[in-house]
Amino acid sequence: MIAELSHAALALAFALAVAQAIFSIWGARQGDARLMAVPPVAAIAVFLLTAASFAGLTYLYVISDFSVANVYANSHSAKPLLYKITGVWGNHEGSMLLWALSLAIFSALIAVFAGNLPPRLRANVLGVQGLVAAAFLLFILATSNPFLRLAVPPAQGQGLNPVLQDIGLALHPPLLYLGYVGCSVAFSFAVAALIEGRIDAAWARWVRPWTLAAWLFLTLGIAMGSYWAYYELGWGGYWFWDPVENASLMPWIAATALLHSALAMEKRDALKIWTVLLALLTFSLSLLGTFLVRSGVLTSVHAFASDPTRGVFILVILVLFVGGSLALFALRVSELKPGGIFAPVSREGALLLNNLFLSAICATVFVGTLYPLMLESLTGEKISVGEPFFNATVGPLALLLVALMPAGPLLAWKRGDAAGIAQKLAIAVGLALVAVLAVFAMQGARIYPMIGLFIGIFALAGAFTEYATRIALFRVPAAEAFFRARGLPRSYLGTLLAHAGIGLSLIGMAAEGGWSVEKIASVKPGETMRVADFDLRFTQWAERKGENYRDIAAIFEVRRGGVVIAELAPAKRIFVMRGQQTTEAGIKTFGLSQLYLSIGEPAPDQSVALRAYWKPFVLLIWIGGLVMALGAAFSLSDRRLRIGIPVRAARKKLAVAPAE
Amino acid sequence: MTRKQRRLTLIAVGGIVLTLAALLTLSALRDSITFFASPSELAVNPPPPGKRLRIGGLVKEGSISKEGVLVRFEVTDGAKSVPVRYQGMLPDLFREKQGVVAEGTFEDGIFIARTILAKHDENYMPREVVDALKDKGMWQQNEGKKK
Repeated sequence: MIAELSHAALALAFALAVAQAIFSIWGARQGDARLMAVPPVAAIAVFLLTAASFAGLTYLYVISDFSVANVYANSHSAKPLLYKITGVWGNHEGSMLLWALSLAIFSALIAVFAGNLPPRLRANVLGVQGLVAAAFLLFILATSNPFLRLAVPPAQGQGLNPVLQDIGLALHPPLLYLGYVGCSVAFSFAVAALIEGRIDAAWARWVRPWTLAAWLFLTLGIAMGSYWAYYELGWGGYWFWDPVENASLMPWIAATALLHSALAMEKRDALKIWTVLLALLTFSLSLLGTFLVRSGVLTSVHAFASDPTRGVFILVILVLFVGGSLALFALRVSELKPGGIFAPVSREGALLLNNLFLSAICATVFVGTLYPLMLESLTGEKISVGEPFFNATVGPLALLLVALMPAGPLLAWKRGDAAGIAQKLAIAVGLALVAVLAVFAMQGARIYPMIGLFIGIFALAGAFTEYATRIALFRVPAAEAFFRARGLPRSYLGTLLAHAGIGLSLIGMAAEGGWSVEKIASVKPGETMRVADFDLRFTQWAERKGENYRDIAAIFEVRRGGVVIAELAPAKRIFVMRGQQTTEAGIKTFGLSQLYLSIGEPAPDQSVALRAYWKPFVLLIWIGGLVMALGAAFSLSDRRLRIGIPVRAARKKLAVAPAE
Repeated sequence: MTRKQRRLTLIAVGGIVLTLAALLTLSALRDSITFFASPSELAVNPPPPGKRLRIGGLVKEGSISKEGVLVRFEVTDGAKSVPVRYQGMLPDLFREKQGVVAEGTFEDGIFIARTILAKHDENYMPREVVDALKDKGMWQQNEGKKK
C-alpha cells in the first residue's frame, strides 16, 4: 500500500512539475499575474509530494518490506537501522529519487524566499526548475521506479554492498546532490534572463547566494567523499582521479568560477555575458556528472548500475537541457548589453584571471575524463587517463592560480596598485620561505612538494594579510583592532576563510605527497615493523563481532621511543550474509598527522601483509575543505547578501550597516 | 591605458593562460596515458619493456602463489595468459577466476604490476575485462553474478 501510494505521489509530482513549467512560462509570456501565481504553489506541492514519496521508500526500507524489488535487492532485515535508511540512496533508483528531492527542495526554497524578484523573472526561474524536475521525475517513473513489487515476496533481502555500510553513505550523497542540484538555480536564473533578454547587477546579486549555497554543499560533499575513500578503501589515498570523482570536481570548479565572476558583475557590471554562460555551463557539468555516474558508461568504483535505456534517457535529458540552453544563449547573446572593459591590474582583472585559470583547469579535467570514452567509441582503443595526466596538467595550473590568489582581494576595484600589493605580501612570502627552508633543513629537498608547500603557506598567510591591514593589527592598540575586526562584514570573513582553506588543503596535500612514509611487509604475531619513528608490534589476532559482520583484526602495539602510545586494530571485515569482505584501516591521529595501518588477507601460517603509512599533516586536506565551507556559510549569513528575503531581513530590524 | 590597449592586454593574458593549458594537456596526453591490452593482444603485439600499460582478464585458476607480500599469478582471457608479479596488498575481491585489471610494466616477459584493481562488488566487472573475454568467447551473461 505504502509503495503504491508513494508511486502515485511521485506521478502526481511529475504532473504538477509539468504544470509548474507550463503556467510559469506561459504566464510570464502573457504577463498574466493570475497564471504566474500558480508556479510557487505548484513548486511547494511538488516538493511535498516528492518528500512524501521519499519518506515512503524510507519507510519500506525501515520495515524491510522485501515485496518491493528495490528493498529486496539492497537491504536486509539484520542490517543496522542507520544502514537501512542510508541504503535508500545506496542504489540507482533511490539515489535518483534523492536527486529529484534535492531539486524539489531548491524549487520550493525559491518559491518561498524569492518574493522580492520581479514577478516575470520569478515565474521564468520556476518554469525552468519545473522543466528540470519534470524531466528527472519522468526518468524515475519510466526507467528507475523504486516501488516495483515482486510477484513472490522473498523472505530475506540481499543486503547492501558492504563498502557502503558506513556513516559516509549517510552524508556524502545527500551533500553532493544538494550541491549538484543547487547549481540548477543559477542555471534557471540564466535561462530566465535569456528569455527576457535582460541582465543587470541585481541579477548577479540574486544568483550569488544560491550558487554560494550549492558551492558550500558541493565542497562538503567532495571533502566528505574524499575522507570516506581514504579510510574505507584501505589504500590510504584521498583522491584517485576516478571519472566519478572528476564528475563532481568539474561542477565545483565551474561554480567556484561563477561565484567570482558574479562578484565582478554585481559590483562593477563587468563580465556579464560570461557570467550567464558560466551559470549555464555549471549546471550542464552537474548534468554531465549525473550522466557519467548514473548511466554506467564508466569503468569505475561507483558504476553500480548499468542499463543502456537509462543511459540513453539521461543522455537525452543532458542534450535537451545543455543544447537547449546554449542555443537560447546563442540566439539572445546579441541582445544582452555587454559589461564595461576594465584595467588589467584591478580587482575585476584579478577576477577575470581567476576565471581564466579555473576554466582552463575545468577544461583539462573535462578532456582527461572524457577523452578515453571518446577514443574508445571512435577507434576502439582502450586507454586510461589517471593521476600522471592530472598531475602534469591540473597541478601546474592550480599551483599558479593559488600563487596568484592572495593578491586578488588586496587589489582595489577599477585600478589596483601592483607594487603596493607586492609590498604588503612580502611578509607572507617571507613566512612561506622560512617554513620551506626549515622543512628543507630537517627533511631534505623534494622539489614538487616544496613548491606546493611554499604556495600553500603563502596562500594561507596571504589570506590574512589584508585582514591584518584592515584591522590595522599591531599599528593600533589591540582593543581597537578587535573593534575594527568586529565591524568587518561577514562576507569579507567568508572570502578570507575560503582562501585560507585553499591554502590549508594545499599544505596538507604537499605534506602528504612529499613526506609520507609507506612500508609494506609480511608480519607474524610477535614480529615488529618500523615505519617513520614508530615501532609496530603485531601482538595477536583477534575476532570481534558486529551486528551483521565479524572482524578479523590484527592487533598492533604502537611504540615511539620505547613507550607504548597506542593500540591499533586494522581488520578484514567479513559480511557473512553476502560472503563479502572489506578492509578496515586502523588509524591513529597525532595532531594533524595520522598513522594508518591496513592489512591483507591472513595467510594460513598466521602471517599477514601489513601496509603502514605515516602521513604528516594529512588532516589539513579535509580541514581545508571544512574551512572553505565555513567561509561560504559566513558569506551566506551576511545580511547584505540577502537570499532574496527582504521580508525576513526587515523583521530582524537591521542594526547599523557595517562600515564599507 | 586606452580602451583598446586594455582590451588587447586582457585578450593577451587570456591567450597565454589557455595556450599554457592546451600545451600541458597535449604533452600529458602524449606521455601520461596508459593503454589497455588483453593477454591475446599482448601475444600478437608485445609492448616495449618499461612501457606503462594496463592488462586485464580473469585470474587463472590455480595460478596464485604468495611469498610474504610478493604475489604471483596469471591473467588469462581464455586463449592466452600473462604471468604477473605484484608486491603489495591485494584488493578484497581478488579471487581465482574473477576479473582483474593490473597496471604496470613488462620486464623479461613478466608483468610487474604496480596497481591491482579487482571488482568492487559481485555484480560489477571491469568493462575492459568484459570486452577482452567477449573477444575470446569466454563471456557468459551470468559471469558477473558468480561468487
